[in-house]
Amino acid sequence: MMRSLTKTILGFGLLTLSAMAFAGGPLEGIAEKQAINWHAIIMFCVFVALTMGITYWAAGRTKSTADFYTAGGGITGFQNGMAIAGDYMSAATLLGLTAMVYTQGYDGYIYMLAFFAGWPIILFLMAERLRNLGKFTFSDITAYRLDQGKVRTMAAISSLTVVCFYLIAQMVGAGQLIKLLFGLEYNVAIFAVGILMMVYVTFGGMVATTWVQIIKAGMLLIGGTLVMVLAFSQFDFSFQNLVEKATAVHKLGDKLMSPGSLLADPVTAISLGLGLMFGTAGLPHILMRFFTVTNAKEARKSVLYASGFVAYFFNVIFIMGLAGILVVGQNPEFFEGGVVGGKMIGGGNMVAMHLAKAVGGNMLLGFLAAVAFATILAVVSGLALAGASAISHDLYARVIMKGKASEATEIRVSRIATICLGFVAILLGILFEKQNIAFMVGLAFGVAAAANFPVLILSMYWKGLTTRGALFGGYGGLVSAVLFVVFSKSVWVDVLHNPAPLFPYTQPALFAMPLAFLLAYIFSKTDTSVRAGKEIEAFEDQYVRAQTGFGASGASSH
Amino acid sequence: MSSGMYKLMRENPKFQQLVDKRGRFAWTLSAIVLTMFYGFEMVVAFSPASLGRPIAEGSMVTVGVAVELFMFIFFWVLTAIYVRRANTEFDALTEEILMDAWRDTK
Repeated sequence: MMRSLTKTILGFGLLTLSAMAFAGGPLEGIAEKQAINWHAIIMFCVFVALTMGITYWAAGRTKSTADFYTAGGGITGFQNGMAIAGDYMSAATLLGLTAMVYTQGYDGYIYMLAFFAGWPIILFLMAERLRNLGKFTFSDITAYRLDQGKVRTMAAISSLTVVCFYLIAQMVGAGQLIKLLFGLEYNVAIFAVGILMMVYVTFGGMVATTWVQIIKAGMLLIGGTLVMVLAFSQFDFSFQNLVEKATAVHKLGDKLMSPGSLLADPVTAISLGLGLMFGTAGLPHILMRFFTVTNAKEARKSVLYASGFVAYFFNVIFIMGLAGILVVGQNPEFFEGGVVGGKMIGGGNMVAMHLAKAVGGNMLLGFLAAVAFATILAVVSGLALAGASAISHDLYARVIMKGKASEATEIRVSRIATICLGFVAILLGILFEKQNIAFMVGLAFGVAAAANFPVLILSMYWKGLTTRGALFGGYGGLVSAVLFVVFSKSVWVDVLHNPAPLFPYTQPALFAMPLAFLLAYIFSKTDTSVRAGKEIEAFEDQYVRAQTGFGASGASSH
Repeated sequence: MSSGMYKLMRENPKFQQLVDKRGRFAWTLSAIVLTMFYGFEMVVAFSPASLGRPIAEGSMVTVGVAVELFMFIFFWVLTAIYVRRANTEFDALTEEILMDAWRDTK
């Protein structure tokens, strides 16, 4: 009994971690195909038609590399804040977290705070410098005063690693989810997502991707709020009333509103907190969004709006999950064979969807399903653009052509790269269909926190960082994060079927991140080359630019 | 040219003032967020029961829920405070530093 409980909780921890960042695939086994949901399909078609129109319009405005990678740097703080919120809150945020509150109560709320708390830190310590130093990709910053070829190659490799792991998670989640919500075949769903993404990104670049994100974020906020209000109204908008009733029927009883065993282990709790906080600050598609605004002023505003939307929405989800305990959890209609408390139709992640149906009928269910699909599409597009820019801007234009490529060829390369990434995503989605991909997002966040973040923050804050230090830190973080995950239970035991994990924790960040910092420090300090001396000297000018924005790309009138 | 500008700005006492003021402000706010967040995580790990108590007799709102809701709001308010000060005071100071440097190059 105790063991199975622990297993469930552990499984759920993984599920939710994966669920929150990618499209919350039903992780308890393969989703069953559902009857075709016409409301959802029609509403989704309206969304696609609208975004296609925008892509057509955006294509006419995408002429230079700056247009393609950063929408010409002309996005306002509010728009960018919406788009960041859109990038950050995936379908799974809605589905996975609602499900988590439904089963775990307060633990889900703790989890959401961990997901939110990174944003203020990004604002205080990074936003302004990112905008002032960066141009198209975050390697513009790490390679600012270091060896362009080597550092960009390293940053591009770790960016592509993060993007690929994230894409696998998204694509598999998308296929399962769409099969469930729309009643489409898995492969059809994978192709639909892959091809739509290619169209948005190839033709519309960052302009189209941004607007897809904005529309989707708006839909998500509206849809979630609507469901929450309708559900909460059944309890006269009284939190007291809602919790009283929920506690009375929930199997956790009085424990519903206090911390459970999810984060009982302090090492896991801290490691997870670090991974979520600093992983966010190392995700290439999120970092890229800081280069789309006019100046540091707008970059700061973006974070203000984005974190406001994220914080608001997490609280909406908390209410939705609690209301779900009563509205969905007590209704035999939503359980297989009509057994309340049995197996939920479509799997545990469907609480939000069932709730929408219960309070708003098929129309609202259709709308929320369309929102979920739109969400996957938007997140995948952002990822593809970040991956394509690592290939075309970093590898092709800077490393291979050494800055001599024309804008036209660079854009062409990034379009080709997008199409290739699209097919890679489709292929990976099909290959991994039957795999348990729960660890993929942990891997993506772990690599982002251990490979991208330390080098990025050191390059902005520490004068002493040299090329050698950056390479050891970056590659060291990348390799150790991957190895820690491979040796952890989720891969070593669950995928490779070894008897016991070599690394006892599921979260790599607490171990891989300090290692990356340490390597970067040691190998910079011991670097006595002439080149290193010049790099350290060059920090002075970089520092003034980081602080004042003078010389920043696309900076205003000065 | 631009290196000359950077040198001028760096040597302007206002630059040091900007860096000190903004740095202190940003690190203070970060320290508040990090301390509260990881402090909270520690309470979750070591003393979960204290978060499970109701805030008042008969209330269904637990201390944990109240604390967390407060942190969601408080952290966001801190971002608003930072953005406000950075976009007015610090940006004005930056503008002055740039203007001084321009004037001196002429």
